[in-house]
Amino acid sequence: MAGLAASFGSGAMSNSMDDVAQQAKAFFIIGSNTTEQHPVFGTMLRRAVRFRGAKLVVADPRRIDITEFATLHLRQKPGTDIALVNGLMNIILEKGWEDKAFIEERCENFDEFKATVMNYPPEKVSEITGVPVEQLYEAAQIIAENKPTAVIWAMGITQHISGVRNVMDLANFQMLLGYMGKPGGGVNPLRGQNNVQGACDMGGLPNVYPAYQPVTSEEAQAKFQKAWGATSNLKVGAVVTEMMPGILEGRTHALYILGEDPVMSDPDTHHIRKALEAIDFLVLQEIFPSETSAYADVLLPGVSFAEKTGTFTNTERRVQMVRKAIPTQGDARDDWWITSEIAKRILAATPQRVQPEAPFAGWEYRDASAIMDEINVVTPSYAGITHARLEKGERLQWPCPAKDHPGTPILHTKALSRGKGRFMPIDHVPPAEEPTEDYPFVLSTGRVLYHWHGGQMTRRAKGLLEIYSEALIELNPDDAARLGLNGKNRVRVTSRRGSIEAQAWVTDRVPPGMVYANFHFPEASANELTIAALDPVSKIPEYKVAAVKVELVR
Amino acid sequence: MVNIKINNQSVQAEQGQTILDVARSHGLDIPTLCYHKDLSPTGNCRMCVVEVKGGRFLSAACVTSVWEGMEIQTHSEKVMKDRKLTLEMMLANHPQDCITCDVSGECELQDLAYEYKAVAPSWGTKGTRYPVDSDPNPFIRVDMNRCILCRRCVEACAEIQVRDVWGVAKRGFDEVIVAGAGTSMLEARCESCGQCVAYCPTGALSNKMNYGMARAHQVKKVTTTCAYCGVGCQFDLLVKNDKVIGVQSNPDAPVNGMALCVKGRYGYDYIHHPDRVKKPRVRRYLLDGGKKNREGSPWDWVETEWETALDITAKKLMEARDNYGADSIGVLTSAKCTNEENYLMNKLARQVLGTNNIDHCARL
Repeated sequence: MAGLAASFGSGAMSNSMDDVAQQAKAFFIIGSNTTEQHPVFGTMLRRAVRFRGAKLVVADPRRIDITEFATLHLRQKPGTDIALVNGLMNIILEKGWEDKAFIEERCENFDEFKATVMNYPPEKVSEITGVPVEQLYEAAQIIAENKPTAVIWAMGITQHISGVRNVMDLANFQMLLGYMGKPGGGVNPLRGQNNVQGACDMGGLPNVYPAYQPVTSEEAQAKFQKAWGATSNLKVGAVVTEMMPGILEGRTHALYILGEDPVMSDPDTHHIRKALEAIDFLVLQEIFPSETSAYADVLLPGVSFAEKTGTFTNTERRVQMVRKAIPTQGDARDDWWITSEIAKRILAATPQRVQPEAPFAGWEYRDASAIMDEINVVTPSYAGITHARLEKGERLQWPCPAKDHPGTPILHTKALSRGKGRFMPIDHVPPAEEPTEDYPFVLSTGRVLYHWHGGQMTRRAKGLLEIYSEALIELNPDDAARLGLNGKNRVRVTSRRGSIEAQAWVTDRVPPGMVYANFHFPEASANELTIAALDPVSKIPEYKVAAVKVELVR
Repeated sequence: MVNIKINNQSVQAEQGQTILDVARSHGLDIPTLCYHKDLSPTGNCRMCVVEVKGGRFLSAACVTSVWEGMEIQTHSEKVMKDRKLTLEMMLANHPQDCITCDVSGECELQDLAYEYKAVAPSWGTKGTRYPVDSDPNPFIRVDMNRCILCRRCVEACAEIQVRDVWGVAKRGFDEVIVAGAGTSMLEARCESCGQCVAYCPTGALSNKMNYGMARAHQVKKVTTTCAYCGVGCQFDLLVKNDKVIGVQSNPDAPVNGMALCVKGRYGYDYIHHPDRVKKPRVRRYLLDGGKKNREGSPWDWVETEWETALDITAKKLMEARDNYGADSIGVLTSAKCTNEENYLMNKLARQVLGTNNIDHCARL
């Protein structure tokens, strides 16, 4: 999101899923296992290819399911996305396929950018990425001739030390071809969790208040001081991948965790466990005991989505109702109630902190819709989104600045949010950890269709577990033969940080020299192996590349 | 535009529209079984037949386009008789077990048989022709005895899911729907999305997880938004006796329509899993007033009242703030929780605690 914010002034999916699926002449999917991770959107893309004849270029080291529908599959080496995209742009410029009018009228910094792209001739790019030169030309031609092409990505682009720069380069790509602000085009990062978009929109980030109002802005600080009667300082806070190491370094003493399982989902599990062992106080609000609850001092039972009322914001900025279907289980409580009760207790003990006359100083909420009423006032992009409108059946995508505003399905139609789109010269940087003699394989990680993230929900869903019952390590048949896997299909995968044992799935989904593991099962979680190397801006860890060795378990 | 007459009433229609489209847009009901608005019409069940003036046979309304001057009767005696015969033919080859069938009450065949007063003829097949519950798929129950060969499942898999699991084998009376080349569904690369179940008009394809638990009139439906990925599919939770017993497609869902994935449709049983935390828990050392001790009985969980757990939480967070400053506290909010809950976590961190140390798993 940081990458898109720098290029366009707004960090979110620019178009709607329906618009992309119906209008795009072609799709360029890079770093998204769409049919497994966003399955229903994946089927929309399959439909577009089969019934509408849309072209599809997939760039992914793995032969993921959607490649069955691809016009062309580029199998770049993990961590070489910038070189690949620069190479395609080099060819586009060589052939004169760029949208000169769009670049002239709506963008800036083109010359500096072009100078960088000139350093990526196809032959050099082919050497870095492992993609044949002729495939580079073919891909560039498909994308340039099928106007507009929608670029779609997910964590395969962002979970690298160069994640932000990867995103900026894709923004460059869409500006170069003039595919921004058009139906069927745009930049389309798919958000992983049901409400990751909303958690960001609501200020669940260390650098921004709701609606991305920067915490470093005195104006924003004054606004929230006035609304709440107290607020935080002007300093950007710590991200999760800084809070955890901060425990061992004496900076973090207490954690309040709502519905997350960092032992499963953070990189380098061993290090996370060490950190959580050392924390002074950890309060966890959860529906299940988790790998993380073993370290919690207090466990507060919240509720599942079936027991709550509120809203989720999907990947295309669409705000939708979640409705309570059943009573809360046992003595569990609404998550908003729990947070409010903690807040009230702390404020009661330190009343001097807050100016009581501020309109939203207090924490007495009648229900979730009353909280949304407060959100409307302090969050400009949500100003017009109320439960009442959603209950009437209105379909609202933010920005929705007023109660009579219909919402905004496509961003950047007239001008990019920051005025002119900014071309960013981006150079390839190799991953933090590359294969060596001792650790000759590249490990990439992610999820599978039948499970969800740390697996706390899906490992408790009987049928899902029946279909996918244990962690599988994807291993190429050539490597399997070399390792002597002959019916004995259990392997040990070891990185500099840890080791796991699991069944191998011998498959050419992965190329030789690469293995793929998931983090759904605590007994063999990929995050025992992953490296906590972070993108310097987004602080996203490089889950998609680590060096490992693979051994047969005898 | 073309001018036609339906049931002696003059109507204007678009060139290329089918009789069914025109009739339904004028509020005229023509019954259908194989036809579904989301799928390509195949015209194979013959339920939607109508009488077209001058035609030698009845025409299937779902696949017949209107033409200038066309005169149509949708409910003439001839049409009604033909539809009834069609239903009787289906019932002749359909088990008479509505009394124990899971989809009784939302079965399109049952509704039409009722409407047309059709009963199974005496010359119908006896007993079951196919094994009941014949596929090992953990979610989808297959009973081909109840199949009326409408092929919606074949089309839903090909046109909505684009996976082509279902196909038609054999001919004539032996015609049957099969997965792959007569394999199990999973062997035929089924993704267990359940689209075929959602579109099946009878009980041939139904859901295993709640088989025998409730019929349509016994459940409350609550429309909500899926809590797995970021696509934002909506569906109806089926609730009986305060328990979620199933998920059903809601055709009005803005993003997904009838489509869902395996997790959205079938990954709900965690809601009532016995592992659910149902009472606040604190470590024993916190109640004893001792120092933190991660060994032995001081680290045992003790279930408490909310007052106790909340008081301890507030006190401990204040202790960290008073001893080490607000920035010694980290708040992790949740991409699984609602906007309203996330907003409050942001407010708690900034207004109450005074720190910007708030984040969630967007990066992970």
